[in-house]
Amino acid sequence: MNAQRTILFILPALSLLLVSCSFTNTGKSTDAIATDRDPVATSFRPLGQASLERLSQDEVQRICSKYEGLEVPAELVAKITASSAQAVVFPMDGNYFGDWKAGKVIAETGTGLQSNDDPSVANGGNCYACHQLAPDEIAFGTLGLPLVNYGKLRGTSEPILKYTWTRLWDSHSYNACSHMPRFGAKGILSEQQLKDVMAFLFDPQSPVNKEVAAP
Amino acid sequence: MFTRSFLATLLVLGHVPMVHAEEDIFAEYRAMFGDDSPAILVEMDGEALWSTPAGTKGVTLESCDLGLGPGVVDGAYAQLPRYFSDADKVMDLETRLLWCMETIQGLDTIDLRDKPFSEQGTQQTALEQLSAFIAARSKGVAINVPQSHPKEIESFESGKRLFNFRAGPHDFSCATCHSQEGKRIRLQSLLQLNAPAGARESFSTWPAYRISQGAVRTIEWRMADCARQQRLPGLIFGSDFAVDLITYLGVQANGEPMNAPGLKR
Repeated sequence: MNAQRTILFILPALSLLLVSCSFTNTGKSTDAIATDRDPVATSFRPLGQASLERLSQDEVQRICSKYEGLEVPAELVAKITASSAQAVVFPMDGNYFGDWKAGKVIAETGTGLQSNDDPSVANGGNCYACHQLAPDEIAFGTLGLPLVNYGKLRGTSEPILKYTWTRLWDSHSYNACSHMPRFGAKGILSEQQLKDVMAFLFDPQSPVNKEVAAP
Repeated sequence: MFTRSFLATLLVLGHVPMVHAEEDIFAEYRAMFGDDSPAILVEMDGEALWSTPAGTKGVTLESCDLGLGPGVVDGAYAQLPRYFSDADKVMDLETRLLWCMETIQGLDTIDLRDKPFSEQGTQQTALEQLSAFIAARSKGVAINVPQSHPKEIESFESGKRLFNFRAGPHDFSCATCHSQEGKRIRLQSLLQLNAPAGARESFSTWPAYRISQGAVRTIEWRMADCARQQRLPGLIFGSDFAVDLITYLGVQANGEPMNAPGLKR
């Protein structure tokens, strides 16, 4: 995922961003100031595995930055959902499930791809940062929807498996400008890791699908 | 030493199985300290440093202008970041301190710029000490980050945009975690920082003594560590990106009395 691009590649994207943002300013706009100030391009240094190339926004990032907290125009929603869904790669062998125990560890692990993380260690998915999953895990975040009893409530029909895989691979396929990382599309998790997370979500033995313990 | 081991115990207790246990235990800890804070020792070091001659010019920082005139420390933190005509730049406290060290004292700040924040368990850096001292001298002073010079407005508007800047492998921006009220990451409460209530609570309490780290951390540290968690490259100390975000936060917090160094998880 860390395709080597030159920093020069960043500049056109950035200038686009700045130009587009200048239209959304109101009142005391900064447009009057002639400036070549470019905070994104001048404020970072490569650190650990985090290279400057990470500042180069792809189209989804650029559009979603611009419309953060605002309604994304319908034609852009259509564009993002279509291109995201079209690029989803489903499991080669047609099997969606790995090991739920490995998936549990991935859901609990918050490290991976930070400048101070060891790149030789597998990335976590950090699902618990935002979602409630197993009812007996109390340290869950609330930025995402609760997913308690995920598989138990939904069953394991082909459409629900494809839907869930797609959500994990690239959430923008269903929800343009979602805040959820694109775990598959951006190579955060491997195919095997995604299968493990799927098993964690669907396996009847997974704690996600156990009853809520009595208080 | 007593404090350290006591804190370690608190941290362990923080993991008792109650959803709000972590928040509660730190609130209790804060209440126990009352008006005192372990940051006071760092403040004292900062105060001493402020009036210690240093650099090739062998002078103190006491003629440093933090925005209210040379040597005025009381209330200075509450009106930063601001535009300084001598540097033709908007500067936050930490950037301004480095500027004063370089121009007034003739101090070589290369090492400090490279390592502005102390490693856990080591002595606090000069910047952390001075920040703690200067912030404490704004306690109770209403935040008043200016928006009169065009570059101050530019910094705010830029910070507002950068807050939403999504990038990196995880597509994270500040807004990913800090654009909604009443949310949390695992058990840690998140402040909404694009609205006044959260911005006030945040800005007024940095720098802060981080209980989990046993050290005073500055607002620049907060920005750099958020960038790390965003999976971005290293945020350069005193960079426009950092200062603009701090300006954005500070202007939204205007009117709130400063209460730093705060005491945080």
